[in-house]
Amino acid sequence: MREFALERPATLAAATAAFNAGGEAALLAGGHTLLPAMKSRLRMPDTLVDLSQVAGLTGITKDGDRLWIGAMTLHATVATDATALPALAQLASGIGDQQVRNRGTLGGSVANNDPAADYPAAVLALDGVVETTAGSYKADDFFQGMFATALADGEIITRIGFRIPAKAAYAKFRHPASRYAVVGVFVAKFADGVRVAVTGAGPGVFRWEAAEAALNGAFTVAAVNGLVLDADDLNSDIHASADYRASLAGVMLGRAVAAAV
Amino acid sequence: MQTKLTINGVAGTHDVSPATLLVELLRDGLSLTGTHIGCDTSQCGACNVLIDGVAVKSCTVLAATLDGAKVTTIEGLAKGEELHPMQAAFKDNHGLQCGFCTPGMVMAGLEIVRRHGPNVSAETIAHDLEGNLCRCTGYQNIIAAIGAGAKAMGGKSNA
Repeated sequence: MREFALERPATLAAATAAFNAGGEAALLAGGHTLLPAMKSRLRMPDTLVDLSQVAGLTGITKDGDRLWIGAMTLHATVATDATALPALAQLASGIGDQQVRNRGTLGGSVANNDPAADYPAAVLALDGVVETTAGSYKADDFFQGMFATALADGEIITRIGFRIPAKAAYAKFRHPASRYAVVGVFVAKFADGVRVAVTGAGPGVFRWEAAEAALNGAFTVAAVNGLVLDADDLNSDIHASADYRASLAGVMLGRAVAAAV
Repeated sequence: MQTKLTINGVAGTHDVSPATLLVELLRDGLSLTGTHIGCDTSQCGACNVLIDGVAVKSCTVLAATLDGAKVTTIEGLAKGEELHPMQAAFKDNHGLQCGFCTPGMVMAGLEIVRRHGPNVSAETIAHDLEGNLCRCTGYQNIIAAIGAGAKAMGGKSNA
């Protein structure tokens, strides 16, 4: 790894100041994507701003119709905290492996927005609100394609609010080595409609309108039987072709609905 | 940078560069070479250590971000000549062949006991070992060893 300066601020204001102090800076949360990227020199920041000492960025609280989770909350915590939504806990328990879940964070995953990451599907399907040091975003506006988000340089996610659904489930066909989603589908049923988010299949997480329409008609497995994604905009790589992912999305959708009903 | 760590019960202040990984401090700085570097990409688990009792991959943690933490490595488990129950279980169950993955497997075993207690099922052990690679054994004896080690520990906490 190339050498860099390490800052360990105790407040968000100090973290922002450290980020803006000059040179290329990066924010360090759990580090389980950033540090490997720095080892391979895909990322070479001059300054690394460690967020682990900033107070108030962890914890899970329910407030009205939303579950708020601090950005530095570990995957391992969400996976086992009784206050977390069952579907969210199940999703968190399938990220990486136990040792990775003991370091990886919600905010880090969402800010990175890997096109095959799990959390973005939950944030989008659960009508999430992403709060930051500069304001807040609806999930529909936050995710902007491969590794792209609405975050400005140095803007720090503080917490994410998930709208509590009547029913929800996440089904993922995971890559056997990396545990990233080859395709993952998160289904959430609210009183005012169904939201379906797909990760792993395309260049970024997206909502599946045809599936939402079908499930708004009837929230049953039969309602989505035979539904597949349009392969045109999907990823093809050594693991799966676009056509395969299109079909797999239909299977994962069916499994998610079956688990949710 | 100065970072204060208690490593295997010994408190000390360590001078590290910001880019020093925990596994580099352990191996190169402190000659604690029981913690292995397998993949260096946080997949194989050979570098597992406990930080404040919780298993992490030390190849993907910066030492300077751990100020004040307690680190336990494979060298910190035995009491003199007396093996830790989890180590003894690996010996008794032939839970290793070449041994390269073993330190990480033992630490993963302690994590499994922390999370699931003394009567953890073989199925749960197999699932929870997804972050540890062994290229010799086919895992069966590792799973048996961790199950036996968990019982021998009797629900006691790590290390």
